[in-house]
Formats: sequence, C-alpha cells, structure tokens
Amino acid sequence: MKNNNLLKSAIICFGIMTFLCGIIYTAAITGISQLFFSKQANGSAIIITLKDGTQKEYGSGLIAQDFKLPEYLIGRPAGTSNLSPSSQEQQTLIQERIDWWHSFDPDNTADIPMDLVTASGSGIDPNITPEAAEYQIERIAQTRNMTEDEIRHIIEDYTSKRFLGFIGEPAVNVLKVNLALDGLL
Amino acid sequence: MNYIMLQDTFYIAALIGLSIPLGIYIYKVMNGQKVFLTHALAPIEKKIYKLMGTTIDEEMNATQYARSALLFNTVGFVFLFFLLVLQGIMPFNPEGMKGTSWHLAFNTAASFISNTNWQAYAGESTLSYLVQFSGLTVQNFVSAATGIAVLFALIRGFVLKQKKTLGSFWVDLTRATLYILIPLSFIVALLLVSQGVVQTFSPYKEVTTLEGGATQIIPLGPAASQIAIKQLGTNGGGFFGMNSAFPLENPTSLSNLIQALSILLIPAALCVSFGKAVKDSRQGRVIYITMMIFFIAALTIATLSEQYTAPIFDGVTFSGSMEGKEVIHGVGASALWATVTTAASNGSVNAMHDSLTPLAGMVTMFLMQLGEIVFGGVGSGLYGMLAFVLLTVFISGLMVGRTPEYLGKKVEPFDMKMVCLIVLAPPLLTLLGTAAAVVMPDSTSWITNSGAHGFSEILYAFSSMGNNNGSAFGGFYANTAFTNIAGGIIMLLVRFIPMTATIFLAGNMAQKKNVAAGEGTLSTSNMLFVGLLIGVILIIGALSFLPALALGPIADFYGTR
Repeated sequence: MKNNNLLKSAIICFGIMTFLCGIIYTAAITGISQLFFSKQANGSAIIITLKDGTQKEYGSGLIAQDFKLPEYLIGRPAGTSNLSPSSQEQQTLIQERIDWWHSFDPDNTADIPMDLVTASGSGIDPNITPEAAEYQIERIAQTRNMTEDEIRHIIEDYTSKRFLGFIGEPAVNVLKVNLALDGLL
Repeated sequence: MNYIMLQDTFYIAALIGLSIPLGIYIYKVMNGQKVFLTHALAPIEKKIYKLMGTTIDEEMNATQYARSALLFNTVGFVFLFFLLVLQGIMPFNPEGMKGTSWHLAFNTAASFISNTNWQAYAGESTLSYLVQFSGLTVQNFVSAATGIAVLFALIRGFVLKQKKTLGSFWVDLTRATLYILIPLSFIVALLLVSQGVVQTFSPYKEVTTLEGGATQIIPLGPAASQIAIKQLGTNGGGFFGMNSAFPLENPTSLSNLIQALSILLIPAALCVSFGKAVKDSRQGRVIYITMMIFFIAALTIATLSEQYTAPIFDGVTFSGSMEGKEVIHGVGASALWATVTTAASNGSVNAMHDSLTPLAGMVTMFLMQLGEIVFGGVGSGLYGMLAFVLLTVFISGLMVGRTPEYLGKKVEPFDMKMVCLIVLAPPLLTLLGTAAAVVMPDSTSWITNSGAHGFSEILYAFSSMGNNNGSAFGGFYANTAFTNIAGGIIMLLVRFIPMTATIFLAGNMAQKKNVAAGEGTLSTSNMLFVGLLIGVILIIGALSFLPALALGPIADFYGTR
C-alpha cells in the first residue's frame, strides 16, 4: 500500500471504530440499561411518596449526605485527604476528629471505630461499618426516646452483607437509616 | 484477615478459571478460526475491510505493520485533541463544559491513545458526555486492540519460518475489537449497571439533603459503558475523578469483584493464547506462573502492610488503615485492587494510593517500575514480558557460551537491540521525568505531603506515566503545563518505542529458519527457567529503582516508625 492509501485506511478504520465502539455500543448499553435498570442507571435516587401523595427525592443511596445532629446516624468525615497515614498532618487531623466525637457524645467511653475518624477515597462514602453504627446506637436511642433494639433493628435493615459471605465488607447505609429513623423510608 | 485470605484465594482461582477458556477463544479469533460469534460477526467484519479498501488476507511486512499502527494512533490522537479543545461548541454537553487548555488536551490525548489513562482532570467537572463516549471510550477500545494486534504480530514472528510478512494490522485490530473487546464489554457494562453504575445522557441531578436542606449535585453520564472497557482494556481512566472509589462508578462488593477480575482477565488469558499459538502450552504456563509469583508476593506485602503497619491511636479501634478507603471494600478488597491495578497497566483505583501505608505504596510503585509486565497492559504486558524472556535466554546463553535460542529461533544482535529498547525505555524515561520534575523550581507546590512521602508523590506520578499505568498519588497536582507536556511526551515515547521495536523484532524473527533443539539448548518451559526469569526481572528493576525508592517510600517507612 502507498502512504496515501495507508492514511486513508487509517482514517476510515478510525471512523468505523468510533462509530462502533463510541456510538453504537454506548447507545445500545444506554438503551438496555434505561429499559431494564432505570433506577440504577439514573443514580439510584431515593424517591419517597409523602403522606399527601407528592413524591420527593431525598438524594442518592450511593452518595453520602452530611449529618451532624445527635438524633441521626453520623457518617464518615467528608472529603479526601490524600495524606500519608503515618504523617504528622494526618495524626493531627485524626486527633481532632477523636476530640470532636468525645465532645459530641461525652457519655460514650467506648473505643471509636476507625472509619469514623478517617476520610474515605471518594470523599462521599455513603456507608459506615456495623461497628461504627453500633457505637452510635445508645446516643440516638436516648435523643429519640426509642429503645436501643428499635434502632438496632432499623440499622440491620439497611446493612449490606459481604457478597457470597466473604467478598468485600458489611456496610451500613447512613442516609437510608436516617430516613427510616425519621419514618420516611 | 481470614475473610481477606478467602477473598484473595477466590479471586485468583476465578481469574485462572476464566482466563483459560478466554485465552483459547482469543487464540482462535486472532488465528482466523471459527468461533461461536463468527456467524453473527463475520459479515460485519467483511464490510469493515471493504470500506477500508483492504482484504482479510492482506499481508504486511514489519515496516508496513508498524507504519499502519503508528498512523492509526496518530489519527486517534489528532481527533481526540481537537475534540477536547472544541468540546464547548459540540453537542452532548448538558453541563456546558468549556474546551480544555491545549496542554491538558495534549496530555489527555497522549494518555488515552497510549493506554495509560493518566488523568490531570476530574471527568465530572471537565468533560462533556461527547468527549467521554465518542473520544475516550473509543480510545479505551482501540488502544487495547492495538496491544493485542502487536502481541500477535510478535507471536507470528516466533511461529512463522522464513517469511517476510506478519499478517495485517487492520485485520488484527478489527478482530480484537469486534470479537473480543466489544462482546466482553457488553456483558460487563450491563452487570455494572445492575449494581448501580450510572448510564444515561441526562444532565446532573440536583437534590435536597435530609438534614439542613442543602443542595447536593449527583453527577451522571454514560459511565458504565466506558467503565467496562476501562477495566477490560487495562486503561483505567475513570469516568469520574475519584475513579472506582466513587460509588456511582463502583457501588457494591460485587461490582468491585467484577471490575477487579476484568482488569487482569485479558492479560492473563493472553498467556494461554500464547501457549496455544506456539503449539506448546508449557511456554505459556511458564510466563503465567512467573507473573503469578510476582503478583502473589506483591499482594501479600501490600495486604499485610495495610492491615498491620498503620498507626495506632488511643481510644480508636484498630482495624487496619482506613484512610482513603471505602467501607464496602475495606482493607482486603482495597489492597487487592491496588495490587491488581498496578500489576496490570490499568491504573484505576478503588482507594487513594497516596494514603496507602509506605510499604504498600512501594509495592504498587515497584510493580509499575518493573515495566508493567506482571500481567501488564492488554497485549503490551505480554510482549514486554517476552522481551524479558529473550533477555534471560540471552544472558543464560552467554553464561554457558552457546548461541541463545527461543522457540527454535536463534536470538541474534538485531533482536537484542530491539529487546533493549523494549526493556530500557520505561526505566530511563521514568527516572528522567522524575529528576526533571524534582528540579523544577515550583515542584514543591504540586505536592500535598511533605518530606519523603512528597518525593514519593512525584516518583509515583512519573513511574505511572513512564510505564503507561495511569494511577496516581492523588495529592500530586498534575494539571500544570510542565507535567502535562513532559508527561504527555513520556507516555507517547514509552508506548510507541517498545511497540515499534516489538514489531521489528517480530519481523526479524519471522525471517529466520527454525533450528532443532539440541542437548545444549536451554529449556524455557521448566521451573528453572521461571527462577532465571524472575532473577533477571528483579535485577533490572532493582538496579534501576532502588536508589529512588530509598529516597521515597523506604525513607517514608523508617522515618515514621
């Protein structure tokens, strides 16, 4: 093949690949997803029908929201630090978070679970560990005048297990628990 | 820890189990044999060749093959560059993203055509949907297909006798895309959507939060289709800035497992294809075992380091290092992913590598610095590994004073020159890039951490770009003119110098006669050879990088004890 022909082939080949992999493939996946998995494909929104019949969207079950009130389950610190876990800056940050928990909930003398004082990778981790939820049950129960078992029960409802029993880690979805605590979910 | 061991064992077993049938399938496809998809896809394949003005039995010599590959990638580069700069005036841009700076466009185009997917931007705040699906997704496919094509050109170089041609780049590229990458991506993409990965052309969604009623933006887009090929093609570029740590990109333990398996699946399967193609499955097995030994060793160190070397705080339950990790993945699945993504030249992350403990951070860096040959990139990992195999055969030959041979072909000076280009380009460019960045006057303003860990951020960045990996220590601020331009050039050189050298090596090998194996021929299919190969890889890697690693992660480890 001459060079000119080769360039022509390269351009045509690239055009075909863009059409197949960029347009046809993306369109096919989008079509099938919207048809069969429309909730998941659109961001796993939590849509709740209120008592008056109107529908309200409370966010995505996959994206954390900020909670700071004592009657709510509180999630992980927001943002991503990118700090070395053994650096001085990081140790100072963690100490600040430990102090915050102690002043927020002075009666709680249990050890604080690690995930409550470390930032996640996404910066918007929607989950906490079951231990981190357990750590907060007494406080939530007292604030809400509910029994600890009632709270524990709600938390269990929104705890995902390890896949196949050993893949990944169990996790409690903070937003869903809080919606359930408010009687919305 | 028991769960972690069980999870890792399951992962490795599943990987081996899936890679064997896939490897056989890939061999058949690339060899033009009938497979179950032939009936459906052969008419499309023929139509493509017709449109291109080529035929299914066209033959190219090494020069023509290399020229086609380079020209095809150049067209892709130019297209992507202009798409990025001009995205502001193009459709499918619901968030009104503006065109990128020319140096970010240069870096991104270089990054995606070279299968690196280094990202100096965050997708959800920089790119339009059009760029994502018609620019980046396409490069995710064709850069992987290019790797498979060149690998099979090299394999034909070993198999053919006294031939001047290696097959057709167009046919190899088309088959790899049509029969292998698109069908696999289709399955993976739909599995991911079912788990909650988004796939839509709608604009971002605004919601009101429960406490305080603040406004929160949920970013959306056609993500799952791109994420499937991002993993299968060892590309690694996230649809969203936080990559697979971002829940809308990787929402569940199952989606995490699917993605982690997808990363190593094709590179592992190609070892099986190689054994099939050279009609001696032991040759493929030796390479597979070598890669697996490196992988398991790295996985063990990374996991133990994450589980046991994080600092302990008074009044906090000790449960491994959780900084930069998602709860659903925890220490186990995060350490597994970190090893997988740097063993392969993937570079996607499900946890922040900058926040790995120093030894785990070093393992990820070293896996890249070995030249991305522990599984490595799709196609490129195995052709890189085969260069090390030839180097090992050559060194062993020198030790006993015999002409080195591999697969019945004599290894001669021209071959060794090509091998040196393949083996030495990555470490040279990595270290030059690191050194240049460190002497830049404002380099300290690009890093988040101070001291040894700050140096690690720079070393990691250039190890990543200098080996076409694409992951980062996220604290390194990458979107500067210097890093964009220097990094872009490095990514292009480190992809296309070894690739061109591989094609010419293949061309030279194909022209040789077969020599019968004699008593003095070094066997390349036993465990002794595995040991020799590991030794050669470690010596090259260690000699090149120990001084730099001593200044970075090793100093970091001892400095913070």
